[in-house]
Amino acid sequence: MSNWLEKIVPSLARNDEKKRNSIPEGLWEKCPKCESVLYKPELDKTLHVCPKCDHHLRIGARQRLNYFLDEGSTKEIAADIEPIDRLKFKDSKKYKDRLTAAQRDTGEKDALVAMKGTLEGNPVAAVAFEFRFMGGSMGTVVGERFVRAAEVSLAEGIPLVCFSASGGARMQEALFSLFQMARTSAVLEEMRVKGIPFISVLTDPVYGGVSASLAMLGDLNVAEPRALVGFAGPRVIEQTVREKLPEGFQRSEFLLEHGQVDMIIERGEMRSRLAKMLRQMQGQPAQQLAD
Amino acid sequence: MNPNYLDFEQPIADLEAKINELKHVGEDNESINLSDEVSRLREKSHSLTRSIFSDLSAWQVSQLARHPQRPYTLDYIKYIIDEFEEIHGDRHFADDQAIVCGIGRLDGQPVAVIGHQKGREVKEKVRRNFGMPRPEGYRKALRVMEMAERFNMPILTFIDTPGAYPGIDAEERGQSEAIAFNLAKMSKLKTPIIATVIGEGGSGGALAIGICDELLMLQYSTYSVISPEGCASILWKSAERASDAAKAMGITSERLHELGLVDQIVAEPLGGAHRDPALMAASLKQQLQASLQKLTGLADQELLDQRYQRILSYGAIGR
Repeated sequence: MSNWLEKIVPSLARNDEKKRNSIPEGLWEKCPKCESVLYKPELDKTLHVCPKCDHHLRIGARQRLNYFLDEGSTKEIAADIEPIDRLKFKDSKKYKDRLTAAQRDTGEKDALVAMKGTLEGNPVAAVAFEFRFMGGSMGTVVGERFVRAAEVSLAEGIPLVCFSASGGARMQEALFSLFQMARTSAVLEEMRVKGIPFISVLTDPVYGGVSASLAMLGDLNVAEPRALVGFAGPRVIEQTVREKLPEGFQRSEFLLEHGQVDMIIERGEMRSRLAKMLRQMQGQPAQQLAD
Repeated sequence: MNPNYLDFEQPIADLEAKINELKHVGEDNESINLSDEVSRLREKSHSLTRSIFSDLSAWQVSQLARHPQRPYTLDYIKYIIDEFEEIHGDRHFADDQAIVCGIGRLDGQPVAVIGHQKGREVKEKVRRNFGMPRPEGYRKALRVMEMAERFNMPILTFIDTPGAYPGIDAEERGQSEAIAFNLAKMSKLKTPIIATVIGEGGSGGALAIGICDELLMLQYSTYSVISPEGCASILWKSAERASDAAKAMGITSERLHELGLVDQIVAEPLGGAHRDPALMAASLKQQLQASLQKLTGLADQELLDQRYQRILSYGAIGR
């Protein structure tokens, strides 16, 4: 960039420099959509929504549940169960080693965290996918924890809320992982029969076996803005149909337009609006009295 | 190369070609008696087939499961089901020809039949979308299954698909929801469901008609979470490693039976189902009757409890 331009448009030069420089570890994060460099403590306040462009950044499972449930109300469900490598699966790496690496990187035992807690004072069970753990893929631990959380809901008659973020079934657990689609769907049908609310919140991204089971079975299917949600991934579809995909394909807004999700809710309003609707669904008074 | 034989069967194809040649020579020339030689070669071909098929790799089984001459759902219906009437359409959007539904009788017992359907010739393959259903296919299947429930008809499903169709239209009409909804609803249908994997059990697209009280697999069928090629291209970064992926995922009836995910394996004729479809259908019919026998005596609630426990037991941890 030439100097005269820098003098006229100094901000442009600064932006350019920021892009070139690596972002210091820890304190800064780049918005994947508008590429603004954001100050992390600031992001915590906005629940990891970009203050510049409103993009909803991906967040971890534990952070998600912390945002969602009342502070200090949480108790983890089935925290102790660990993945089992039933098939002794090995590709270019051993599944066991992939698990160890994912556990080290995320601090989680597997890709789903389940908790019981309260939402604006009302007891709920809530689960969230950890996308950084092998792409949030659903293996037997994810299935087991989901079922356990649903069983808490069933036993106590309290709603279940799920925040999904997953690439689909976990290939390394082969048919065991495929059958987790059956398990989670069966337990949700049991809840439906018993009249216990299940709200599925689709967060970026949800695909494959997770989207084709638990994530689409909510009494309410809610999406965060601009989340990518679909059965098959865009690349697979493009290779199959050999056409260019339409603009905004598989985004929340596309799903809303095609009648696949009930509503889009911004992260900042998720707590209050879900709490409100759950009170309606459970026949509770309109306003929760302040404690 | 004889296209009726897979790569690993070519030695058998060569022998069969030789046998045919000799037979022709014998017919044309009455002075030479070749019948001894022919029957010797027959014997050899038989034992060669036996030896090749006694030790198939998972990848070879996967090729057999997709063999172009393998019997499809409508073939089995022809052999097994009497008085069959096909039921078309989901009553909302279209009739998806990648799934066939209908009612008929299994040895006198009224049943509903649901199955993926692949095509044999180019035109039919396209019409059947290579056995890859769209949402309306799954919705058609569910509405027929719900009708079967109302009239106390057991449900037989035949699984044979590479997977649910990955297309723009399928996404627009809710492929995920259609599959998920079937998984949920089938878990509580008050009528026995027997699912049989007859060819390719391809992922969610297979499972969407696969929730059941008893799961059967034909000996050389496969059932997996992703195709060996798909798995290989993701985990090995090369579709060429499909045979490694097939092995690692354990997609064969034998392996899945060992793992406790499949109830019964139905043995195939020597060389695979396509070498003797009538015989294959007869053994399948026998197994279906036996499985149905076990389930028909159960009260509704007992059946549902048993199915629920069964589904929840798949890969359960610490319960």
